[in-house]
Amino acid sequence: MNELGIWTIPIAVLGGAIRVSTPFLFVSLGEVLTERSGRINLGLEGTLVIGAMVGYAAAYLTGSAWLGVLAAALAGSIFGLIHGLICSMPRVNDIAIGIAMMILGTGLAFYFGKNYVQPVAPDLPAIPFGWWSNIPQLQAALNVNVLFLIGAVAAFAMWWMFKSTRVGLVIRVVGDSTDAARAMGLRPNVIRTFATMAGGAFAGIGGAYLSLFYPGSWNEGISSGQGLMAVALVIFARWNPVACFGAALLFGGAGALGPSLQSAGFSQGYHLFFAAPYILTLGVLIATSSTTRALTGAPGELSITK
Amino acid sequence: MSSPGHTDAGAIGVETLHMTMRFGAFTALDDVSIRIDPGTFHALLGENGAGKSTLVKCMMGFYAATSGEMLVDGHEARVPDPKAAHALGLGMVYQHFTLVPSLTAAENLVISRENVPGIIDWSKERAALDAFMARMPFQVPMDQPVRALAAGEKQKLEILKQLYLGRRFLILDEPTSVLTPDEADEVLGHVRQLCEAGEISVLMITHKFREVTAYADDVSVLRRGKLVGGGKVSDLSHSDMAALMMGDAKLAEPAPRSGTRGGPVLSMSGIKAHDRSGLKDIAIDTLQVHAGEIVGIAGISGNGQMEFMEILTGQRPCRSGEISVKDAPYAATRADARKSSVRYLPEEPLQNACAPKMSVAENISFRTFDMNGTGTRFWLSGREMRQRASDLIAAFKVKTTSLDSPIQALSGGNVQRAVLARELTGDVDLLIISNPCFGLDFSAVSEIRARIIAARNKGAAVLLMSEDLDEIMELADRILVMSEGAIAFETSVEAADIAQIGQYMGGHN
Repeated sequence: MNELGIWTIPIAVLGGAIRVSTPFLFVSLGEVLTERSGRINLGLEGTLVIGAMVGYAAAYLTGSAWLGVLAAALAGSIFGLIHGLICSMPRVNDIAIGIAMMILGTGLAFYFGKNYVQPVAPDLPAIPFGWWSNIPQLQAALNVNVLFLIGAVAAFAMWWMFKSTRVGLVIRVVGDSTDAARAMGLRPNVIRTFATMAGGAFAGIGGAYLSLFYPGSWNEGISSGQGLMAVALVIFARWNPVACFGAALLFGGAGALGPSLQSAGFSQGYHLFFAAPYILTLGVLIATSSTTRALTGAPGELSITK
Repeated sequence: MSSPGHTDAGAIGVETLHMTMRFGAFTALDDVSIRIDPGTFHALLGENGAGKSTLVKCMMGFYAATSGEMLVDGHEARVPDPKAAHALGLGMVYQHFTLVPSLTAAENLVISRENVPGIIDWSKERAALDAFMARMPFQVPMDQPVRALAAGEKQKLEILKQLYLGRRFLILDEPTSVLTPDEADEVLGHVRQLCEAGEISVLMITHKFREVTAYADDVSVLRRGKLVGGGKVSDLSHSDMAALMMGDAKLAEPAPRSGTRGGPVLSMSGIKAHDRSGLKDIAIDTLQVHAGEIVGIAGISGNGQMEFMEILTGQRPCRSGEISVKDAPYAATRADARKSSVRYLPEEPLQNACAPKMSVAENISFRTFDMNGTGTRFWLSGREMRQRASDLIAAFKVKTTSLDSPIQALSGGNVQRAVLARELTGDVDLLIISNPCFGLDFSAVSEIRARIIAARNKGAAVLLMSEDLDEIMELADRILVMSEGAIAFETSVEAADIAQIGQYMGGHN
């Protein structure tokens, strides 16, 4: 026990919400973009891992963390492009391709990443928003990474894009009704491929955050299924980017519950709370499901809603 | 004019000259010349397959006519594709909605434009939309997702969209088929106003005489691809139009029947369940179907018939209420259905009553594959299944290349015959049917209806849901009308009055 006592827990949850949520946020934004166009990309877990590996390697080789992020985004968009192109072929199931891409992504990352487990790459910069406080825990919690801020801005920007830009409306049209899109002279497969590609870039950046900031090194267990949970989070957030931001914070905070209980001095039972994000995922999906109603807000062309 | 793309406004006239369309040896359209004057409302009457759709598809550039030409606004016009038709100011409202369900009405209008800016300035667009709507005789809520709009509102929005896009000649393809009579009157009244104001000219495909007399100026009647008559609506009576349209065909009359009504087989009371949207209720207070009678449930689609069917097939849970068959509670399990001899004929049988990729023989065996006499069996007998299937295929005249072809390879009528063969074989005490003849050709329809009557005459209780009032009039002994999820009206077929049934279907009493 330290002098903060029970307050350690909310501070740690706040810090966790900010620190742990960033990859959730980027992957779920990428998935929102993809699913709003009418495709599901379950491969984003693999894209996240390949982004982490490529980002770390590029940052180590160039000495610049930002070039690492750029490389991760590129790698992610290539994965998205492959997924998008394969799914544009007739009678291809996007969920099956997603699972294949997930396995391919993690496999490639482990194979090429072997040499980067030892070296140390530069970190992404963070802004110390806790300068006004003299409590070290609070300072640590408010040490906010720039990517988190970019992600927050991107969430609102994407929400605005879906509402007020031609690109945004076109993506929604394609995602909701292939027939209506064709009647307007749009080419659904092309638009879906680009949306999947951009979604992949988002997931790649999420991966770079993992290896370049928190936890801040490359190893094979780096993602532990965060990419898959982010996909579930999209359903929870009802395909709304701003809601994704809130949901990512919630999941991040839940993820920090176990470690914070441990550091607050609980010696028993805290292990259970390590499972909090997973239980939260299950609970949310059960609570929002219905046996008789279709999901509200789900894009009409999504293969899970058909 | 706030409509983008066109600076000149006002209705234009269109005329087809000797339009002919052949598909191989089949002549779908034979030398049809019709003329729609600017600002008039022109009705195009005809039965299914008379060539109405072919004609308008030629006009809109979906098909290239084999011969013949078209005049738009007095000038000869080439329309190689729909885009060219749009550029000439021609637009079409389809039978099925082309709006994007999750977008709001305003978003749907703006995105349908050719020249949408990269960043949409909503305050400017809304001002333009408001100015446009102010000139329109009817309004639609602009900020709700189209999904939440009623069918009539959607249809109005489809028409508004065409005007917003600057179209000056509108083709409406059975625009009221998904509307209640009241909604239909409202929509067509507004369209008529727009014609009188000189904004548009209209060509409307329909088969409802009432709409022709109430709203159209002129009418053209097609039969088997030929223009068989037409003229001023004021010069023609309903029977004139019927004579032109049908040739010498007869209208439906109750089919001959025999046998007497027995005791109640199906009883329902106090049923309450959610509908598909989860917002409204399906509420059936009491309903009984007796042995040896057909109870027809009429209603416009979307008034709870589909949910009602799902309750009876066990696909939709009830919040309260009781269903019993022959005085035993009925939970729609396979065992229940077998014990009480309940059989189903759902709508769209390929999706709802078949496993599309399994073979014809397997699909026909669904009721019996695990039966061995009266007991059950673990090992299936392929030989018995095939023997039985081939007997039934012969008896019900199912046309299939082989017993092993997937059932989805069969035509709609043959899928329906195969399902009937399965469901009508053995003891049938209760038969639950929904839209059995939807989309089938004439000979299949009469055969399937004869089989339903035969099942009734053998003493089965039949519950028939249908959107086709003619079908109900022909088959039913007793007619119920379903509206807004409840039974609104009941009458025997002898006392049935079409006008009264129509009113209850539209939710007015």
